Amino acid sequence: MADRTRPSGLFKNVNAKIASIPMILTALCVFLGGTLWTVVYSFTDSKLLPRLRFVGLDQYERLWSAPRWLVSIENLAVYGVLSLILSLVIGFVLAALLDQKIRFENTFRTIFLYPFALSFVVTGLVWQWILNPQFGIQHIVRSLGFESFTFDPLYNADIVMYGILIAGLWQGTGLVMCLMLAGLRGIDEDIWKAARVDGIPMWKTYLFIVIPMMRPVFITTLVIITSGIVKLYDLVVAQTGGGPGNASEVPAKYVYEFMFRAQNLGQGFAASTMMLLSVAIIIIPWAYLEFGGKRRG
Amino acid sequence: MRYRFSRAVLAAGVAFLATVPAHATDLEVTHWWTSGGEAAAVAEFAKAFDATGNKWVDGAIAGSGDTARPVMISRITGGDPMGATQFNHGRQAEELVQEGLMRDFTELAAKENWTGLINPPTLLQNCTLDGKIYCVPVNIHSWQWIWLSNKAFADAGVPVPKNWDEFVAAGPALEKAGKIPLAMGKQAWQQSGALNVLMAAIVGPETFLKVYKDKSADVAGGPEIAKVFKAADDARKLAAKSNVQNWNEATAMVIGGQAGGQIMGDWAQGEFQVAGQVAGKDYTCLPGLGLNAVIATGGDAFYFPKLDDPEKSKAQEALASVLMSKEAQVAFNLKKGSLPVRGDVDLTTANDCMKKGLEILAAGKTMQWTDELISPDTTQQMNDLMSEFFSTPSLTAEAAQARFAEIIGAAD
Repeated sequence: MADRTRPSGLFKNVNAKIASIPMILTALCVFLGGTLWTVVYSFTDSKLLPRLRFVGLDQYERLWSAPRWLVSIENLAVYGVLSLILSLVIGFVLAALLDQKIRFENTFRTIFLYPFALSFVVTGLVWQWILNPQFGIQHIVRSLGFESFTFDPLYNADIVMYGILIAGLWQGTGLVMCLMLAGLRGIDEDIWKAARVDGIPMWKTYLFIVIPMMRPVFITTLVIITSGIVKLYDLVVAQTGGGPGNASEVPAKYVYEFMFRAQNLGQGFAASTMMLLSVAIIIIPWAYLEFGGKRRG
Repeated sequence: MRYRFSRAVLAAGVAFLATVPAHATDLEVTHWWTSGGEAAAVAEFAKAFDATGNKWVDGAIAGSGDTARPVMISRITGGDPMGATQFNHGRQAEELVQEGLMRDFTELAAKENWTGLINPPTLLQNCTLDGKIYCVPVNIHSWQWIWLSNKAFADAGVPVPKNWDEFVAAGPALEKAGKIPLAMGKQAWQQSGALNVLMAAIVGPETFLKVYKDKSADVAGGPEIAKVFKAADDARKLAAKSNVQNWNEATAMVIGGQAGGQIMGDWAQGEFQVAGQVAGKDYTCLPGLGLNAVIATGGDAFYFPKLDDPEKSKAQEALASVLMSKEAQVAFNLKKGSLPVRGDVDLTTANDCMKKGLEILAAGKTMQWTDELISPDTTQQMNDLMSEFFSTPSLTAEAAQARFAEIIGAAD
């Protein structure tokens, strides 16, 4: 037995490796392969059907001179930043309030989480009606006697993105709250006791002790929220259809419409490659800091 | 009474079964005809096709052609083709035909002498690629109409206008009477359609073709087209309070007299018919907006994807014959308000508006329309521009025209 060579790393945990082969193949072929294919074809003049006739950066030049694409990017930035900050803040505050050992906690938790059970399409339609000036909030407030009250975000190009943001937050914060609540419950009771003995006020304990300890929960939440932001599509389609005019267009909608409606795959691929690039710009430095640092340390 | 009724149904059912031959084939037909008038019209085709012993499986896709076409195309390219599908003939299915995904009907066309029957011949030319015929045109639709509500103008105390300029002049009076002067759905295709109608009416077919056929950016940015954008600016002010999405909702506003008029193709006619309105008495139609009575001969056509199943292929042929038959053409087009593609059918039952259309057609005053001239890609860019224009008062007519000229310059 002693003369037997050490098994190479390749055959360590061989069962686990065999079991993960299907997923590895899927990841390679579908995700990586599909991505590369899309990037390659974004340099062609493919119309309805993919065709390998290269035109260099033409599709990208057209993309970045299209007013609609620029509006889409701007909208996504506004929606993204606000939705990220607000859903984290609101979610955390709600969780902290629920964590005060209040009565009927289960009931509240259910109420806050319920919107998450609805799809974006349903959410969008519900909020389209609520924000409709003829049936919704504006109508109700006016019938109470405030005749000059105006609240029609979905029909005003300047604030339409906020109308969509409201619906997005309504749907998404419940989940953030639940994740945060789970994180808060994971904090040892003794830490709270120690903080109280030291006479640290509650808000300071949250801000400087509890939140740093909840880092993994925050990262999970961040990934969930950001992925939801980048693929924002169905909410817009259901709520405004991109309107009024093109005031609430988003990149995913641009991709879809140029690929399938305009029969211009090349343009759609170029737009989706830009979306991938923007995600990569955010993810890669973060992943580098997050995982690269540990290996050195 | 009830007993007798059910017996009659039973008897009819038996009679129906008796006429069906042993090999009834189901054929799925996809289309986007879902409004009241359209659904009534397509039911005529279904009835005629079922009478041949096959079965029409209706695959209506709601939400306008912009929504339906991607579904149809991905089913065909994705290997799940339907038996037959509607497209606007022209360039929408161009690449599908080039890739050999569509069936060619040259033989059947020769047997039934389509080239001799179809008038104007451009309809069949639009179905033809390299000398082979790939689709069956079923109707002629022209965009260039404005539909006016006689009631709305009576309420406002002004005479029903005879052309676009009078209509614009009547706008303030209509507004004063609490009407929306121009009904327009907030979908991009309706807005860019309205621009094209204004263009054909104001500058005439020749300049229209210079823009869309020769793709001359100079003409598109020139003083002639500037007049068109000026008119579009008027239109957007008149339509500012129109808050509906779908074209038939806008038509309903005209039918109900809440709106003065609507720029819409002759398919709007079917809606007036379903509502029981009489042309000339309840509503007025002005071809070419009363300025330039020329009609475009775009329209709908059925394409037949290649299928492996020989039974279904045979049913496809039967359907193609039915679509082209005299009876089906008359029944369908009367309900839909469009003009038949055959020059030899009798339309004495047609109403005033259709007769106007037939006269223009008979006089040969026809022109090509954007579906035939520009690619879906260019159409999409135009739609984007016009939907921005109609909802952004700060986007001036001049700036919009400059962007329009750019799109035309880059068009293929």
